[in-house]
Amino acid sequence: MMTKNSAKVASYLSAGALALAASAAHAEWALNMTQGVTDISRRIYSLHMLMLWICVAIGVFVFGWIIYSILSFRKSQGAVPDTRMVHNTKAEVIWTVIPVLILIACAVPAARTLIETENATNTELTIRVTGYQWKWGYDYVDAGVNVLSTLDHASNEARQLNSSIDPASVPDYLLNVDHPLVVPAGTKVRLLLTAQDVIHAWWVPALAVKKDAIPGFINEVWFKVDEDKTGTYRGQCAELCGRDHGFMPIVVEVRSKAEFAAWLEQQKAAAQPAAAPAVTADATATTGQTG
Amino acid sequence: MAHEHAAAHDDHHQAPTGLMRWIKTTNHKDIGTLYLIFSAVMFFVGGAMAMVIRAELFKPGMQFVDPSFFNSMTTVHALAMIFGAVMPAWVGLANWMIPLQIGAPDMALPRMNNFSFWILPFAFTLLLIGFFVPGGAPAGGWTLYPPLVLQGGDSLPMAIFAVHLMGASSIMGVINVIVTIMNMRAPGMTLLRMPLFVWTWLITAYLLIAVMPVLAGAVTMLLTDHFFGTSFFSAAGGGDPVMFQHIFWFFGHPEVYILILPAFGIVSEIIPTFSRKPLFGYEAMVYASASIAFLSFIVWAHHMFTVGMPLAGQMFFMLSTMLIAIPTGVKVFNWCATLWRGSLTFETPMLFALAFLFLFTCGGFSGLMLAIVPADFQYHDTYFVVAHFHYVLVPGAVFAIMAGVYYWMPKWTGHMYDEKLGKWHFWLSAIFVNVLFFPQHFLGLAGMPRRIPDYSTQFADWNMVSSLGAFGFGLSQLLFPYIIWKCVKGGAPAPARAWEGAHGLEWEVPSPAPHHTWDEAPSMAVIARGAEH
Amino acid sequence: MATSHAPSHADNGKYYVPHDTQWPIIGSVALFTLMLGVVSYLNEWAGGWAFIPGAAILAFMFFGWFGTVIDENERGMYNLAVDRSFRMGMIWFIFSEIMFFAAFFGALFYARTLSVPWIGGEGVKVFNKIFLWPEFNAGWPSNGPAQLSPRENGSFEVIPAFGLPAINTLILLTSGVTITIAHHALKAGNRAMLNVFLAATFLLGFLFVGLQATEYMEAYQHYGLQLGTGIYGSTFFMLTGFHGLHVTIGAIMLTVIWLRTMKGHFTPTRHFGFEAVAWYWHFVDVVWLGLFVFVYWI
Ligand code: HEA
Ligand code: HEA
Ligand code: CUA
Ligand SMILES: [Cu+2]
Repeated sequence: MMTKNSAKVASYLSAGALALAASAAHAEWALNMTQGVTDISRRIYSLHMLMLWICVAIGVFVFGWIIYSILSFRKSQGAVPDTRMVHNTKAEVIWTVIPVLILIACAVPAARTLIETENATNTELTIRVTGYQWKWGYDYVDAGVNVLSTLDHASNEARQLNSSIDPASVPDYLLNVDHPLVVPAGTKVRLLLTAQDVIHAWWVPALAVKKDAIPGFINEVWFKVDEDKTGTYRGQCAELCGRDHGFMPIVVEVRSKAEFAAWLEQQKAAAQPAAAPAVTADATATTGQTG
Repeated sequence: MAHEHAAAHDDHHQAPTGLMRWIKTTNHKDIGTLYLIFSAVMFFVGGAMAMVIRAELFKPGMQFVDPSFFNSMTTVHALAMIFGAVMPAWVGLANWMIPLQIGAPDMALPRMNNFSFWILPFAFTLLLIGFFVPGGAPAGGWTLYPPLVLQGGDSLPMAIFAVHLMGASSIMGVINVIVTIMNMRAPGMTLLRMPLFVWTWLITAYLLIAVMPVLAGAVTMLLTDHFFGTSFFSAAGGGDPVMFQHIFWFFGHPEVYILILPAFGIVSEIIPTFSRKPLFGYEAMVYASASIAFLSFIVWAHHMFTVGMPLAGQMFFMLSTMLIAIPTGVKVFNWCATLWRGSLTFETPMLFALAFLFLFTCGGFSGLMLAIVPADFQYHDTYFVVAHFHYVLVPGAVFAIMAGVYYWMPKWTGHMYDEKLGKWHFWLSAIFVNVLFFPQHFLGLAGMPRRIPDYSTQFADWNMVSSLGAFGFGLSQLLFPYIIWKCVKGGAPAPARAWEGAHGLEWEVPSPAPHHTWDEAPSMAVIARGAEH
Repeated sequence: MATSHAPSHADNGKYYVPHDTQWPIIGSVALFTLMLGVVSYLNEWAGGWAFIPGAAILAFMFFGWFGTVIDENERGMYNLAVDRSFRMGMIWFIFSEIMFFAAFFGALFYARTLSVPWIGGEGVKVFNKIFLWPEFNAGWPSNGPAQLSPRENGSFEVIPAFGLPAINTLILLTSGVTITIAHHALKAGNRAMLNVFLAATFLLGFLFVGLQATEYMEAYQHYGLQLGTGIYGSTFFMLTGFHGLHVTIGAIMLTVIWLRTMKGHFTPTRHFGFEAVAWYWHFVDVVWLGLFVFVYWI
């Protein structure tokens, strides 16, 4: 028994070591959440780490207790049971009260962060996001610019059943789109999420934004990327929405304010002559009817 | 040890034989056996579907199945496991053990008992033939969210009626459990003398009878929305898709405690037995179970933090969810205290119970993390959630079932099972289950959504590890039916009290337990001997 | 095991455990057939014909099963413990029914207090109004922004509470009184009074169902109020419909009980069947009061 238990521990340790070694070798063996690029995302990250370490600490205590008992109180080593040990009110109170205190310590920062995430005042740019089976529509409300965003061609080819295209040969396999969402850095951007057919969810981990897009309703959510964190951030639809739920990624391109303004002007100009595509208030007004 | 009161008297009527015996039986032991066999079959059916899932996810790219079929696999895997494998296993164990443990001659309503079992195979036939009708089996996830689920093909009404049937079966089953426990206890078997398995089952039964009808109502609304033009879940008519989620999770969250409370009961029987020491804090354990059950009614929306609830709602559901850690902690600590200063041996049931203690607690920890709303914005609908619930369900509920089966198998068959093979089964399961599900935490945190048939290459490595773990775990499970079969066929004869440290009335009757037991209620002396907790 | 045919409810017998039974498997087959029939109808496969044998087998099962139980009871095979099991079983069954209705009441409250106001842009959901449903003014009763209604102009009317529904309330309340009188009569051994008041109860029950049917006809033909009339129509018809179904079942059970009293069943001390139906009837009554208040009145 002794050997089996230590074998178990050893196997865990070696698996852990293996994982760490491997993660040093190539970045794929990711173990943890990223910190993200917004104030909120970092706060969420530290909440996550706080909870993780609290759980680890309690785990060390509880598992230590169990392992100590397993090692010390074995019949094979002549342990005699203490059969009068049936209850102890003091102990019960202690292990009720201490967890309460720990939970309060978790709840306070959690509640603070939650209140902050729900504070959608003073936004500077509003974009309406519409989920479709299986693409995303972005509508820059004040500029009248519309963008439809679908899985990029290369991924789409490779993901067909038995396509014989190696996914590794496709850059950003399944995480790339034809037209990304372009937003300015250092700006409080508000997204108004809805859907045309079924429920989708818009999720970009680096922004720590995940919110359902529900047909017939609008959900509000916001993010503000650090001024210096321009770049491309990727995410995916996070609510089962049918056959191609796995194939409607989200790509957000964060540009500097100036670059963004220029991009928007260019889009406006391009949109002028042609009629606006289907992403309009009217089109969405008929939602909710399911077939 | 065998007590004279338990004497078999099997002979007062000609029972039908062959298949008819099983179809017409009203005997709680027969019905328990039927439930357990059904559960094992569904475990393999659901497990086979999990193997399809893990095979497709073995590496990036689509290799084996169409995305819709993949979604059907996920959906039916979950339904088969929850409603087909785990719940019937609990009802089976309740049928076998509760009358034995409380000194009752049978379940209170034996005919209805038969009905609640025999509905089940029909319910699952209805669900599974959905694979062969136009549109394929339901593919909207086990949570059946509209509007998506309403896009399903011809299998939609079949799945809905299957859920109705499962609900009817559960309701009849738990009415029987409640009535048996409340009405059939031997004189002297007071409530606070009942074994914890009986207690946790009683609480489970109250949960079930409160929420199964709500699920029935929810799926009925799906049916009428789809076929009869109602607008419960459609904004155009004044309804709301999220309304379904509220109703579903009002059922769904208590449901997950339905899956785990009897496990708590079993572990609370096994740990004292193999520690040769009474359960520490018996009453605290009872109250903790009741508190968990109570709290489980007011936390449901923690499954829906991303639907856009008002702030106050999110706050309330976060805090109420966190509260559940407290009674659960009380249970964990009391188990630890039971081990403390015991005299431990490590037979297979004990090994499974100990693994339960470790790994369920791990699953509980990730549950607590999920309760933190802002963090859940990152975890929700990722493999982190998948890891969480498999930890509480597989090394949680399923391990506890296995522990219970090993623990009571000598009582059922009259033989000891093959301890060596049992240990093999345990160690292979315990190692592979971690290889299977631990990496899914990493995948979720790295950003892999759940319910996707294919993924970006950055998730390849841990998915491969997880799939290998899955195949290993799946193959290891083949040992289980073999060990049971072997034990039914033969093995060292089991004494009435098969385990040195075991207490409880079930150990006062011979092994194998005769067809009818406790025709005469056990005497106070017997009860007192059994009830030392 | 008691074998005398005289009702002798001595309580020294053992807890009666029936041996084997064919009824459950017949019931399972019946339910399966019945549901396949409905599925076939809904999916437009081959019509719902399988529904008919399913329902017939189910009815056969009920007759057979309950017949067996009644027979065993009359032969005095059930001691007080068995009787108690039946009572507890019935109470928990009724509780499960209450929870079934709770789901639909929940839907009603959710729609009235949350989803309809939200669609109308209340509170943080103001964007619903701005972008999705600018024309919609929230209020109750509502058939939603799409104004789902059989009428051209999308309007509908509701059934005023203090018309037929109030009469129906009186009917059900009266029937609650009559069954209580019947119960007292049974306990006092006054069989004639028992028979009369029991008959009055189920007649009132059927009268209720009849009036409810005319109300539905009115609603469908003149009020523009149908199952498809948005969320109001959905909650209205599902709640009152399931209630009506339960009244029908209850009235049928009352009829059966009445036939049994006519045959001389039940004693002043032992009459589980009677009480079970009475409880059920009171449950149906209470649900109606909830409906009257929340669906018709306020
Ligand atoms: C047996 C089943 C089971 C059990 C017991 C639990 C237990 C818990 N679950 Fe889990 N859960 C599921 C099954 C289960 N869950 C399933 C199936 C889903 C997904 C459904 C789906 O979407 O398909 C889910 C999803 C789920 C979510 C939604 C995630 C999401 O979709 O975003 C959340 C969020 O709060 C959650 C929380 C919890 C919590 C707080 C507990 C707590 O009960 C855990 C309590 C236990 C402990 C905390 C450990 C022991 C305690 C101590 C040692 C004391 C000291 C500890 C502290 C003070 C921290 N669960
Ligand atoms: C009690 C419930 C229960 C149990 C026991 C399990 C057991 C398992 N589950 Fe399950 N699972 C759920 C409940 C459960 N699951 C739920 C609720 C969901 C969510 C569904 C949803 O999103 O809607 C889910 C979803 C789910 C997913 C996510 C799918 C997705 O999001 O697309 C995955 C992926 O790895 C998975 C895997 C497994 C595996 C490998 C097992 C293994 O433990 C199974 C082991 C058993 C066997 C393998 C059977 C025995 C052996 C054989 C049949 C022999 C043949 C063996 C080989 C060929 C190797 N499950
Ligand atoms: Cu869109 Cu999932
Ligand atoms: Cu939950």
